[in-house]
Amino acid sequence: MLTILNIVSIMIIPILITMILVHGFIKKVNIYEAFVEGAGEGFKTAVRIMPYMIAIFLAIGIFRESGALSLFTMVLSPITKVLGIPQEVVPLVIMRPISGSGALGIVRDIVHTYGADSFIGRVASTMMGSAETIFYTMAVYFGAVAIRNTRHTLGAALISHLAAVIASVVICSILFL
Amino acid sequence: MMSMIWFVMIVGGVAIALVNGKVDIVNQVVIQHSQEAVTFAIGLTGIMAVWLGLMNIAEKSGLIQSMSKAMGPLIRLIFPEIPKNHPAISAIMMNMVANMFGAGNSATALGLKAMEELQQLNPQKDRATNSMCMFLVINMSSIQLIPLSVLKIRADAGSVNPTEIIGATLVATTVSTVVGILACKLMERKC
Repeated sequence: MLTILNIVSIMIIPILITMILVHGFIKKVNIYEAFVEGAGEGFKTAVRIMPYMIAIFLAIGIFRESGALSLFTMVLSPITKVLGIPQEVVPLVIMRPISGSGALGIVRDIVHTYGADSFIGRVASTMMGSAETIFYTMAVYFGAVAIRNTRHTLGAALISHLAAVIASVVICSILFL
Repeated sequence: MMSMIWFVMIVGGVAIALVNGKVDIVNQVVIQHSQEAVTFAIGLTGIMAVWLGLMNIAEKSGLIQSMSKAMGPLIRLIFPEIPKNHPAISAIMMNMVANMFGAGNSATALGLKAMEELQQLNPQKDRATNSMCMFLVINMSSIQLIPLSVLKIRADAGSVNPTEIIGATLVATTVSTVVGILACKLMERKC
């Protein structure tokens, strides 16, 4: 099962590209011209999202490096305790929505400190794989189309993140304890 | 909303850096991270161009329209506001496929394309539509099938069975995606 998934992961982009080109060729589209025409748009999009990326990278960098993040983690720990989330993974719970690379660094720390096959290690691994970065994605996607009022997106995303965290702990307890 | 988060993160961060006596870190971050952001955005330009070029071919050949038709019923259930056979449907589909198989940058490129298509349907250009919120929440709930980077870390740390967490991850990510969709459907009426 896993090998199949692995092969599909490697093959998916080549398959998509081939499918599009073959279909275009059969339908007699001038594929080369069409590609170049579309690709030109890529630069405009990249330039448009750049200021948003700088803004969010800056905020995340200062928040993390200054020690504000660890303080925030400490303040939240009573709440996470009530929810049954192991103390050791709380920094990950906070970091996951903020920064993907930061969260990956925390997972690496946890796995090395407690062991990859410890309960904590497994919970951290599951959590990492079942959630995504929120602030960065929102900044870039909404920034690209100049949306200012993001309505319920952040609220719903945080609820979904909390669901991922709790589900990770519960499922790992069932499977591995 | 974004202004508030941004303000708290930066001003709070600077204040805490002051208390911790490491204000110089702020200087470093300003230079380093702004550079990283530009490098990242430029790096994304190449893959953006590739996918937008391919999508343009697929649009002209009619592949996008037939994909949208095939996926229509499922998409209409989650995104009732998108009209039948609209190009947004195929951009959303392809973004999700790329996400499932962990092709992060391709997924971002296709996701931005989807946002542009959704924006064309938007009557109020600075306010997110229900479809946009839903699309982003699904994206941010992670629908990746194999968390490759996590597996790599586990293998490096000497795990006996690095892949044993895949089942747990799939269940957790399904739970979070379903919860996200439900939260969106409930909250979109109120705001």
